[in-house]
Amino acid sequence: MKNHVQWESSLFELIRRTSVDLPCDIEQGLRRACKTEKKSSRARWILEALLENVQKARDNDAPLCQDTGSLIFYFQVPVGFDTNALASATRLAVARATRLGYLRQNTIDSVSGSACATNVAYGAPTFYFEQCARGTVDVRLLMKGGGCENVGKQYSLPAESLGAGRDLEGVRRCVLDAVVSAQGNGCAPGILGVCIGGDRATGYECSKSQFLRKLDDKSPVKILARLEDRLLKESKVLEIGPMGLGGNTALLGLKIGSMSRVPASFFVTVSYMCWAFRRRGAVLTVRGGFKKWLY
Amino acid sequence: MALLKPRRLEYPFTPEQVGSLRAGQFVLVSGLVYTARDRIHKYFFDGGKSPVDLKNAALYHCGPVVIRKDSDWVVRAAGPTTSIREEPYLPRIIKDHGVRVIIGKGSMGKVTEGACKAGGCVYLHAVGGAAQVLAEKVVSVKGLYFGEEFGLAEAMWVLELKDFPAIVAIDSKGHNLLRRVKSASLRMGRKLMKSSDPFIP
Repeated sequence: MKNHVQWESSLFELIRRTSVDLPCDIEQGLRRACKTEKKSSRARWILEALLENVQKARDNDAPLCQDTGSLIFYFQVPVGFDTNALASATRLAVARATRLGYLRQNTIDSVSGSACATNVAYGAPTFYFEQCARGTVDVRLLMKGGGCENVGKQYSLPAESLGAGRDLEGVRRCVLDAVVSAQGNGCAPGILGVCIGGDRATGYECSKSQFLRKLDDKSPVKILARLEDRLLKESKVLEIGPMGLGGNTALLGLKIGSMSRVPASFFVTVSYMCWAFRRRGAVLTVRGGFKKWLY
Repeated sequence: MALLKPRRLEYPFTPEQVGSLRAGQFVLVSGLVYTARDRIHKYFFDGGKSPVDLKNAALYHCGPVVIRKDSDWVVRAAGPTTSIREEPYLPRIIKDHGVRVIIGKGSMGKVTEGACKAGGCVYLHAVGGAAQVLAEKVVSVKGLYFGEEFGLAEAMWVLELKDFPAIVAIDSKGHNLLRRVKSASLRMGRKLMKSSDPFIP
């Protein structure tokens, strides 16, 4: 790969922007939600504080949330592109962003318990690479905090306690259960990513990749689009509200995808992403220069 | 609305100040607070000594982003972290150290309700993820303990706050706002699942 320095600098800018600048679709979602909550209610007050926080993070050039999360990079590269070099440039960018306070020292050795000064370690950051018949590199970054990661759930159907069978009504029940179980603990109002099918590992991968979709899009699969709509409406009547302190807005959005499965397994996997929905992306030239921002 | 008239809470947090708070009220906290998260809670629970007197003090569940600027510490981001992880440790810590206020985020269960009731303590819910709004309420960093042992995110930072906003989630009578919301949503969730309108393609 040529231009290692240019790549490091572009990827650093991607991380910086992801950490400090909430994407426009999510900010608009928060504004819309704010209008649906009663004046002088706790819910309204919290949503106003969140919007104020979005503005301050941008103005202060500082992290939206102190839990700068796990970093998940999704790369689409031209056929034959050197992904090892790309990973190494990304690691350098992560270390620099940590040094400059855009990322917290957030990577812990699971055996010794010691903190890592650079956020570069085995499994951190996470990379997905895919080759595409294009002459440019598409990179997307999710920064997902621990509070919301902890409230994710995976169900194996049939799930007797929910009366959930192996059909879309069963999926609906799992998602309702996941929303009720999560309460506000994943920093509501959040966005749900759901995967129907897959295995225990790919189910979570697919549910998280739903977060790459824009907040106001709909599933291209009509029946899933209908299910997304219905569940989002139902989430409001649970009256969980921002931070689980009551109100209409438990969720800003809900995205459902599906994968094939083996006959014996039927998983429904739910990932939760907090309101501080740090997701950015860009199209870059093969030399690492910016062509355009995504989102 | 009661919400528009926030109650003011100032360090040291006396039993009288804290005892008059009720679940659901909006408060503005000023004065010293001590950050504490997983490592510190375990350390205190295991009988570790506190370097400061925590009587009538507040523990803030927070792992801030702090950077060194010349000889000062500057808080770059400082919102609450999930409190439920500390629930098993809280009764002993509240009892042994006389802690009067816990600031954090997320649901807490019967154990914390009991500890608040027994210790005349309250659990305040801060706005999760609002790291910038809340960092601005930190007027200064007054000290740092356990930075070497536990790392900067897990350390005990002594922060001076000015008008830090929060909502009383559990009061000193043990009333729990989050439990009320949860029970109602569980009932409604069951109703939705029992509805005669299943999702059919």
